[in-house]
Amino acid sequence: MSDFSFWDIVRNLATGLQWTLLLSLVAFVGGGVIGLLVMTMRISRNAFPRNLARTYIELFQGTPLLMQLFLVFFGIALLGVDISPWLAAAIALTLFTSAYLAEIWRGCVDSIAHGQWEASASLALNPLEQLRYVILPQALRIAVAPTVGFSVQVVKGTAVTSIIGFTELTKTGGMLANATFEPFMVYGLVALGYFLLCYPLSLSARYLERRLHASA
Amino acid sequence: MAYQFDFVPVLANTDLLLRGALFTLELTAIGAILGVALGTVGAVVRAWKIQPFAWIFGVYVELIRNTPFLVQLFFIFFGLPSLGLKITEWQAAVLAMVINLGAYSTEIIRAGIQAIPRGQLEAAAALAMTRFEAFRHVVLLPALGKVWPALSSQIIIVMLGSAVCSQIATEELSFAANFIQSRNFRAFETYALTTLVYLCMALMIRQLLNWIGRRFVMRNSR
Repeated sequence: MSDFSFWDIVRNLATGLQWTLLLSLVAFVGGGVIGLLVMTMRISRNAFPRNLARTYIELFQGTPLLMQLFLVFFGIALLGVDISPWLAAAIALTLFTSAYLAEIWRGCVDSIAHGQWEASASLALNPLEQLRYVILPQALRIAVAPTVGFSVQVVKGTAVTSIIGFTELTKTGGMLANATFEPFMVYGLVALGYFLLCYPLSLSARYLERRLHASA
Repeated sequence: MAYQFDFVPVLANTDLLLRGALFTLELTAIGAILGVALGTVGAVVRAWKIQPFAWIFGVYVELIRNTPFLVQLFFIFFGLPSLGLKITEWQAAVLAMVINLGAYSTEIIRAGIQAIPRGQLEAAAALAMTRFEAFRHVVLLPALGKVWPALSSQIIIVMLGSAVCSQIATEELSFAANFIQSRNFRAFETYALTTLVYLCMALMIRQLLNWIGRRFVMRNSR
């Protein structure tokens, strides 16, 4: 029954890897958009949105990703909506990513000299315009390296979605390990798959960090 | 018809949740102590470029930091027995946590060691400190003091990450949650309460580590 050749295993894992990659991209892009919104609330001068954003970030950073997944998966089902593991995974991972990116970017925005806000205010820009045209372009430079670095966490986070039954790389590996009775080799290959995705990201994060530090 | 929330069937199992939480804390405590110890060795070896160990630790750090904890756990629990190494599920969980935290803390503590000016060691030698005294008071404690907040965060991340250990049937908090919701069919309420317990544990560990940091680590460094 276990008539899987080595190349069958690799081919199946490659399919799982594509889903891992797709989920990572969706979560990263979606998380970036929501994260920008949360970050804007987090630095607001108005206490209500600021505290709301802070609670949001604390909640996602203080609880396991697995629980966030379960809550989205079972919570949306309670509303009477049939939700696929893929959608639940995408939503939960997007929210998770947005909380971390919001906090990373807040740090970058905070590191911009305060005089920049005052100078742009004196040019009659409203706070959002100040952020958009003066602060963010400068913060972006600082933000690139830690953002790329965090993308590694997003890719690794997708592994947890296998638990609610989304067939990405880890889930595929689990099924193959059961079918072939070769868990050592299969999980070794799964780890290699993640490494191939993450290591280039880690390297570029380090490279960007060094380059931006050198010219700063 | 609107869904009626009912937390009573979950609260009836508070003892199971607490037992799970306690086990998670135990795993975290052992994992944190051994993981930071491993990280300290790795950091010294890497910072002082003691070959070939510096190279070995370098590869280890990259391998662990670029693969998911869940896969590391599966590799240890399902993969190692096929090499003839039998381990129980809680041993696998602890081993995975130690190996994971060891890699991250190697890099964190190394940054602390490298931030210590060379002159400090020369000054220690001038004060006739033995090499061990100098290492302890001039290198290790100040280095740990510098990176203590980052190290604390990493320990909390490992604690939260240990939730996936339920997948190999380690009977920690999320395992208890899975067990409870499989009997009362109140999945959302069960996981909501469990999430709250995790949040409390994260805040508690943060306070505890802050206290340890102030009391023992950052006493004479800034």
